Amino acid sequence: MQAVLAIAIGILTASGVYLLLRPRSFQVIMGLTLLSYAVNLFIFSMGRLKVDSEPILMAGVQSTLANTSDPMPQALVLTAIVIGFAMTALFLVVLLASRGLHGTDHVDGEDGEA
Amino acid sequence: MMDPFFSLIDHLLEATMPHLVAAPILVPLLTAALMLTLEERHRRLKSVLTVASGLVGLLVALALLRWVNAPSTGGGPGSIGVYLPGNWAAPFGIVLVADRLSSMMVALTGVVAFAVSIYSTSRWDRAGVHFHPLLQLQLMGLNGAFLTGDLFNLFVFFEVMLAASYGLLLHGSGKLRARAGLHYIAINLAASALFLIGAALMYGVTGTLNMADLSVRIAQLPAADRGLVHAAGAILATAFFAKAGAWPLNFWLVPAYSAAVLPVSAVFTLLTKLGVYTVLRLWSLLFVADHPVGSGGYFGQQVITAVGLATLFVAALGTIGTQRLANLASFAVLMSAGTLLAAIGLAQPGVWSGALYYLLSSTLAAAGFFLLIDMIERWRNAGSSIAAFETAGAAPFLAEDLKPLVEVNLDDDEQALYGRAIPAGVAFLGLAFVFCTLLLAGLPPLSGFVGKFAMLSGVMNAPLVSAAGWIFLALMLVSGFFTLVAFSRAGIRHFWTIPEGSRLTLRALEVLPVAALLGAALLLTIGAGPAMSHAQATARELRVPQDYRRAVLTARQKPSPVASDIRSAAPPSEKTP
Repeated sequence: MQAVLAIAIGILTASGVYLLLRPRSFQVIMGLTLLSYAVNLFIFSMGRLKVDSEPILMAGVQSTLANTSDPMPQALVLTAIVIGFAMTALFLVVLLASRGLHGTDHVDGEDGEA
Repeated sequence: MMDPFFSLIDHLLEATMPHLVAAPILVPLLTAALMLTLEERHRRLKSVLTVASGLVGLLVALALLRWVNAPSTGGGPGSIGVYLPGNWAAPFGIVLVADRLSSMMVALTGVVAFAVSIYSTSRWDRAGVHFHPLLQLQLMGLNGAFLTGDLFNLFVFFEVMLAASYGLLLHGSGKLRARAGLHYIAINLAASALFLIGAALMYGVTGTLNMADLSVRIAQLPAADRGLVHAAGAILATAFFAKAGAWPLNFWLVPAYSAAVLPVSAVFTLLTKLGVYTVLRLWSLLFVADHPVGSGGYFGQQVITAVGLATLFVAALGTIGTQRLANLASFAVLMSAGTLLAAIGLAQPGVWSGALYYLLSSTLAAAGFFLLIDMIERWRNAGSSIAAFETAGAAPFLAEDLKPLVEVNLDDDEQALYGRAIPAGVAFLGLAFVFCTLLLAGLPPLSGFVGKFAMLSGVMNAPLVSAAGWIFLALMLVSGFFTLVAFSRAGIRHFWTIPEGSRLTLRALEVLPVAALLGAALLLTIGAGPAMSHAQATARELRVPQDYRRAVLTARQKPSPVASDIRSAAPPSEKTP
């Protein structure tokens, strides 16, 4: 499971960084989105990977991280998702404004060779 | 006469601490919330609210500054204000911490914000919608980031501050701003991703996000886990370098700062300082404390120093290579960030205290200069931000009409009479320009010189001056010289030529904030003694973070009301057993 998650994060990050460096603003926003997926998965994985374990304390079960999963990264990832989503929406607006003002979707506002 | 006033303030402080620590965040937040309910046509009311909020923010910040320096708190952990917003003790809940460094930064934010709020009401708030709420949210994010003692909360306040800055950068719209905004947002979103990775990694290794707790736990980590903490620190630092405008992550800065409307650029001078502040805060807590000076340097020391020196070098080259005033100011911001980062990296106590003093001086000067540019450009270039000569390529000081007129205005000795009376407005602009030049180039007698001199003497006081120290010294002198050359050239072009544009009319709302910012710098010069001793105390506090740890980790929550309290407060019921 660790390997699968690590590979997934790696592929998402690599694709995100590649797209981030592309000249079209839509590619940039897709890159940022992929990057934020990768970051969210990474934060989640920092609470250690565990199957069948909820962050809920139960009577009769000792309340240590051996028996429950860590709720903290889950709370962090929730915050990060919300903030990332809002920022992406805001970026989308700026992207459209730039597209409208410049008449091109190149990030520099003018078409280069790309 | 002032004594009763101060004793009244001390009484108020005693009654309101530690709750006052949350005020710099709450005041702008509530003001922004209130302003959102007002329609755009109530602009005058919004302006009044902005200025009022700025004034309250400034007073609160100054009160906090007084509190942390008050002798009655006895120094040590007692002089660090810790507020538990959720009433959960650290490390479980979020904490707000007002120590010397934080309150100094909040006070600096207060001064700049107050000046900008007044300035913006003269005309720039009409360039687009929602200027005032965005400015308030920006201040909330800044103050929150300065005050928080929690790494993830720091991220949240960073995002608040950035979200508002995206809106402010685009204020006034236009092609240039849309393009600069697109770059600015993209690089900041990428940097935020790095921030999250670093913070998550920190949590993964240490199991805490509270900075004081992190500081304790990193010291206890086994050597095998240290690599991961260092990786987390390096990733976090990369994110902060991007915000601070450190080379090579600063190519967005000059276009963005010079494209924004100028009062916004003046606020943005604080944003780079936030990046510098976080590096200083985290490093002093997490890494410097671990390694005393003698033991061959702490983690990342060389990189921070090198990045700072490179930034300083690039900014000095940029300054000499530009003609636009707004670009000059942006490069001055970069220069200040580079100087500060290099000084943080050098990490001698004398250098740190000089750097803190220099931080205050350079921020005030840069913010004042941005506002001043607005007035100069309106006067010289008829409101456009690019002077005619920049596109024409002709140097205006060689223009024909500057040569003395022949056979007119002669005095008794047949010598040409120069010197028409200078209009008061032009005199003010010129004087303020000279003031900014002296401050930014670091020439005597103003505070820029005091700060640079303090840093240099800190470097020279070390028993063995390192190579980095020598380079720092050389670059600081060279960059000051370059600033002087570039500013003189710009001054000649803008002040010693015949204006093609309109007559200069200045409004009190524009003159007063600039005068206030430069006056604050002057006050910093005259009061260099107390200001420097505050900076020295701050540097000492940063070197020995035990007080910070103890203050945060021993802050106790207020007891919750228990059932018996509620029963005794409620009216007696008919059946009490």
